[in-house]
Amino acid sequence: MSVLECRNLTKKYGNLTALDNIDLTLEPGRIVGLVGPNGSGKTTLIKLAQHMLTPTEGQILIGGAEPGPWTKGMVSYLPDRDFLPSWMNVDSLLHFYMDFYQDFDPDRARQMLESLGIDPRMTFKKLSKGTREKVQLIMTMSRKASVYLLDEPIAGVDPAARDYILRTIISSYSENALVLISTHLIADVEPVLDEVVFLKQGHIELHENADALRERTGMSVDGYFREVYKC
Amino acid sequence: MKWQFENGIPIYLQILRKMRTEIASGAYPPGGKLPPVRELALEAGVNPNTMQRAFAELERDGLVFSQRTSGRFVTEDEEALRQIRRSLSEEIINELCTRLTHLGMGREEIRAAVDAWASGYFLSAESEKETKPERELSPENEIKPKES
Repeated sequence: MSVLECRNLTKKYGNLTALDNIDLTLEPGRIVGLVGPNGSGKTTLIKLAQHMLTPTEGQILIGGAEPGPWTKGMVSYLPDRDFLPSWMNVDSLLHFYMDFYQDFDPDRARQMLESLGIDPRMTFKKLSKGTREKVQLIMTMSRKASVYLLDEPIAGVDPAARDYILRTIISSYSENALVLISTHLIADVEPVLDEVVFLKQGHIELHENADALRERTGMSVDGYFREVYKC
Repeated sequence: MKWQFENGIPIYLQILRKMRTEIASGAYPPGGKLPPVRELALEAGVNPNTMQRAFAELERDGLVFSQRTSGRFVTEDEEALRQIRRSLSEEIINELCTRLTHLGMGREEIRAAVDAWASGYFLSAESEKETKPERELSPENEIKPKES
């Protein structure tokens, strides 16, 4: 049973083709890395899944349905930029999420905030960039969603916090959920991935089990990426 | 502490090797309970499915058995444990010989070098043992000198 499916999916921005007729099926219970150089279509794919864009041709399906308000209840999305109301303090953000999402678990979020030493009384915009990213990830992972779409979740944080975030992802996704992580920091994310999807100029270059790829190529996923996308 | 992995080798194989070593060395003792997959996956910083795959291999090799409700346990089968120790030590010896041959050493030279090293190594290991017990003098903790 696939939880995210693309059928002949094409997205054009005017003359520019961002995604070109892609077919992709992702199963629940997996952590999937979506990798590719800048401009290869990663964010476009995620935005299509989140109904922030509509396909030019073809379909994208979440749990068998086309994206819309009803699929947002089952998809937890972390954009690649600040997206929370910046004037709120962290505690009111928790209430904000409780109002919006039935599957949000505030106790879990509070516990993670505490273990990262983040004071809930702080106003969001007064936090450092890295701390804002941590707060956003905590909010995203504290939902009990079927699909997590994480667009560059570790780009702005220090290596110790990266480890914490990756552990958070491993420990908080349920066995029936799909976690799709777009990133170009492959080496950091590699050990937590089941599968990788390589995007290249709007095409799917490769979709394979991460360990199978290491076995087949004798390289790390990161090493193989550098080979495929050599400039 | 996150586990370290080498490039180009499937992660489940690296986990498998580590688990085999810990079982062979008794770090996970015979009959002992193993931590749950998720907990070990978190400790290692790897995907739970990858950890699960390594556990499945351990089960297939008979080193680990699972009891439906209470978790996974290390085997108490002496023969299986002996065998895993043998195969791990062969791997290490094979690597040693390969690398020393690469250095240009011959069979006798390697044997002599290993002998010389081993006699020094075990001598210092034993003298360390003899000095340590002085701190705990209670008779139960007394270490008896090895026969032979």
